[in-house]
Amino acid sequence: MKPAPFAYKKPRTLDEAIALLGENPDARILAGGQSLMATLNMRLSAPSLLIDINGIEGLGEIALKDGAQNGVIEIGALARHVQAERSETIATHAPLIACAMPTIAHPAIRTRGTLGGSIAFADPAAELPACLLALDGEVDAQGPKGKRTIKAGDYFQGLYETALGPQEILTAIRLPAANKDTRVGFAELARRHGDYAIVGLAASARADGKGLKDVRLAYFGVGATPLRPLKSEAALSRGDIDAAVAALDLDPHDDIQATAAVKKHLAGVLLRRVAAQLMEQRA
Amino acid sequence: MKITADTPSALTALDRPNSYIGRAVPRPNLQRLMQGRGQYVSDVTLPRMTHVAFLRSPHAHARIVSINTEAAKKSPGVVAVVTGAELAKVMTPWVGVLTHLKGIKSAPQYPIAVDRACWQGEAVCAVVARTRAQAEDACELIDIVYEELPAVTDPETALDPATPVIHEALDDNLCFERKLDVGDVDKAFANSDAVVEATFVCGRHTGVCTEGRAIIADWNASEQRMTVYQATQAPHMMQDLFAKHLDIEAGQVRVLTKDVGGSFGIKVHTYADEMATVALSKLLKRPVKFVADRIESFVTDIHARDHRIKGKIGVTKDGVITAFEIDDLTGIGPYSVYPRTSGIEANQVVNLTGGPYNCPNYRAQARVVFQNKNVMCQYRAVGHPIAVAVTEGLVELAAAKIGMDPLEIRRRNLFADDSYPAQTASGLKLELLSHHAALAQLDTMINYAGLRTEQKALREKGIYRGIGFASFIEVTNPSAAFYGVGGARITSQDGATVKLDAQGAITIHSGVTEQGQGAEAVLAQCVASSFGVSMDRVRVVTGDTDNTPYGGGTWASRAAGIGGEAAWQAGKALRGNVLAVAGAMLQAKPDELDIRDGLVVDKVTGAERLTLAELARVAYFRPDTLPPGFQAELMATRHYVPRAWPFAFTNGIQASYLEVDTDTGFVKLLRHWCVEDCGTIINPQLVNEQIRGGVVQGIGAVLFEQCLYDERGQMLNGNMADYLVPMAVEMPDIDCGHVVSPTADSELGAKGAGEAGTAGAPACIMNAINDALRPLGATPLTDMPFTPGKILKALGKV
Repeated sequence: MKPAPFAYKKPRTLDEAIALLGENPDARILAGGQSLMATLNMRLSAPSLLIDINGIEGLGEIALKDGAQNGVIEIGALARHVQAERSETIATHAPLIACAMPTIAHPAIRTRGTLGGSIAFADPAAELPACLLALDGEVDAQGPKGKRTIKAGDYFQGLYETALGPQEILTAIRLPAANKDTRVGFAELARRHGDYAIVGLAASARADGKGLKDVRLAYFGVGATPLRPLKSEAALSRGDIDAAVAALDLDPHDDIQATAAVKKHLAGVLLRRVAAQLMEQRA
Repeated sequence: MKITADTPSALTALDRPNSYIGRAVPRPNLQRLMQGRGQYVSDVTLPRMTHVAFLRSPHAHARIVSINTEAAKKSPGVVAVVTGAELAKVMTPWVGVLTHLKGIKSAPQYPIAVDRACWQGEAVCAVVARTRAQAEDACELIDIVYEELPAVTDPETALDPATPVIHEALDDNLCFERKLDVGDVDKAFANSDAVVEATFVCGRHTGVCTEGRAIIADWNASEQRMTVYQATQAPHMMQDLFAKHLDIEAGQVRVLTKDVGGSFGIKVHTYADEMATVALSKLLKRPVKFVADRIESFVTDIHARDHRIKGKIGVTKDGVITAFEIDDLTGIGPYSVYPRTSGIEANQVVNLTGGPYNCPNYRAQARVVFQNKNVMCQYRAVGHPIAVAVTEGLVELAAAKIGMDPLEIRRRNLFADDSYPAQTASGLKLELLSHHAALAQLDTMINYAGLRTEQKALREKGIYRGIGFASFIEVTNPSAAFYGVGGARITSQDGATVKLDAQGAITIHSGVTEQGQGAEAVLAQCVASSFGVSMDRVRVVTGDTDNTPYGGGTWASRAAGIGGEAAWQAGKALRGNVLAVAGAMLQAKPDELDIRDGLVVDKVTGAERLTLAELARVAYFRPDTLPPGFQAELMATRHYVPRAWPFAFTNGIQASYLEVDTDTGFVKLLRHWCVEDCGTIINPQLVNEQIRGGVVQGIGAVLFEQCLYDERGQMLNGNMADYLVPMAVEMPDIDCGHVVSPTADSELGAKGAGEAGTAGAPACIMNAINDALRPLGATPLTDMPFTPGKILKALGKV
């Protein structure tokens, strides 16, 4: 279980990294390496070049920044999971990320793995892509043509497929900061703590009197990308949990851990549990 | 998790001053392992060493039409590319059969497949290179043309005339069959008030060792000797096999086994790729290293279980079990594994089913069939988890049927504690067991009545908790009856050599091996106690066929009971020899002296007479001062083999308390208990670790682990992400209790404890799940592992 031979470069600037990507179309970006190294060692991928971006300054910050209405949490591409897990800023202003963090793999993996890497890799069973979608966050990318921002809704395009161009590097994730009306919910069902979930659900909403509005649900582990069941969101905004469950229109495939029927059933169970979380929270 | 306190032994037979028997002393090798200074095979580097990587068949069954190795041979760092046909000239094939398993048959197996690959993962070509990475690079350049053949995968149809025969020379796909019919089963069922039938399935799984299989073979042409560094449980067995199939003398082979990172029965077999590594070294006349990676481990390390058992039990309304009947079917891959065979697990299922119960009527059939999947063989608690699942599953289903408490039905049927010696319906001879004492202890330990009250109260709130039990017996301390009588050159005896060094310290060389389970601690405890020194004066050497007494190694829970007894006796013998020297020096009668805490003392008063250092100084450097004609013998060897009983059976009972989430089908294990009787407890902490570790592997079997194959014989989850080994977070606290019924066959009286946990845990948890779901009218779950999907299905929710 040794990787096929590859070249390795550790650029000091983003421009340098982008240039290397241009010169080596099959190069891969190395951030935390927690997914990439396993695929290399199993020879599931054999890039000619690894571009290690860990030497690039300024990509590892987690900060609350000014933005429309309530501010924005900006998470640099190289921020490690463990940083987010221990961050006061995340705990206070991004409670959904704080809920998800302990469920992501194990401490050793969270120590090396980056949030940017998880979003760039876009594993459909991973927690963070679903959180990004549930929070209506954004991804900052930089390429030869400069910087751009991609909305979460436009970012996840297919199985491990994102809106990032071949020469673009994800530089940051941005999430709207929570305020007193923010409600979040998170639940997943994994056979063992830290595994990829059979099915998981990340959710956000705003309190609206005794009810909810702007409900955003993002399922993971049930499709090629994180998925929003729009009809269920609408039903939940009306406060009708039964209708929300009935309206679930997920179409998962069988996998090693569960059949499609089991996944669909569990998705309904999670919806009830997450709906209860959303409704039970107090400001 | 509670760690049992350092409790003194209750036994008086072993009650020597400074005895370590029955004490939870730390392992002497703890510092070495905890500081990362253990020496595993992958830590060993030899001059001129090469690395081998194997190209493995992607097909479950395929004819090898051609192999083109030209490009691979030119790849950087490559020393040789070797095919099965080429290696067959260096090493002879083997056939995994034993004469006492009547009718068992198998086909010759080669180190590397010749002409035909019979399972996905079988090695079809070897690349030897300067690094493992270079060898793997070159593997990608080998061009093999395969003609895919139909794969036999389903044991249920393996014997159908329409199913292709895997090995034409064998005529059919039947490896082994055993039938047993004792008492009058039909009459017993006819006279029963209730008869319960169920089909149990134990999923195919494997023992995932922390350290993968690893071997370095070093053929020294100048000495005509093969030195093998191997992670194995049985160095002498491997020495014999390497020699036999290289057609050299056993004395030309030395097997060295230093630290081993867990084995669980995985490392006690002949693996084709390890045999190939040895043959490659002979061919290339230089060291060759092979370390199995995780991906190849999943498709080559032996798998186990994978049994389908139709079971039937009869009971009277008073709860008396009238008869058991089973029909076991298992698929074991394309070859019976050498030299222990793949018939043993099914044979054990037949032997052990119904084992705890005094029931004279028993009928069994077991069929072992070939298939195109990875080979199956003996893994921790061989056959036990299957037999216990069937027996205990049936017992609790029967109890439910007649409305009897599951502990009460056991009380009415378990062999009485005063009924020994006894014999099971299958013919197993039981020296002394303690089922009722163990059950009574468990009843108290778990506060059974309290648990039932809590369970009832919670059910009313929609919380479904279950309590399940499993009584069991366990095979330990095997005599020659296990393998030797069947013609296998696997020794059941073991030896220990103990010597006094020139400063009065002790070294013991033992034939058993350290797999991480603490065998070295047990050996040191036995010798220190019987000789009379503190443990820090004892150094333990194991795992070297040039230097240790001939022994069986570590398997079937034998290291403590057999290796420990040999060590105990060797220590005693050396004490006698040393006291003879002391007597000569002190002009005293040896039997009026003793060795205590490292000093020769007066036996009656305990007064110090002589230090061991002074005695050794005189014996080694001034023997001229000893009486004329007196020769000091400061080294003693003793061997031990169980003779009075084929096996030293142990017994016990486990309990599980768990909660089923009826919405998700997830099971939360709340608590687990095991009361067992392994005779004399040499080290309670090590025994409890064995029990707990064993229970965890049993939990793996019942809830998590399964080697999943598709109908074409492709393993679907051969990696650590998809194959679920049990992890700490999901494990409950596991409490251990003990009853002590020593075996009279040895002076120590110790039986084995390595497999009891694994034997009982699956049945116990299965019963607890069914207990939890019974009020909901769920179909009883009998198809392990119990995934959320299966539980939801039983509840009618999917």
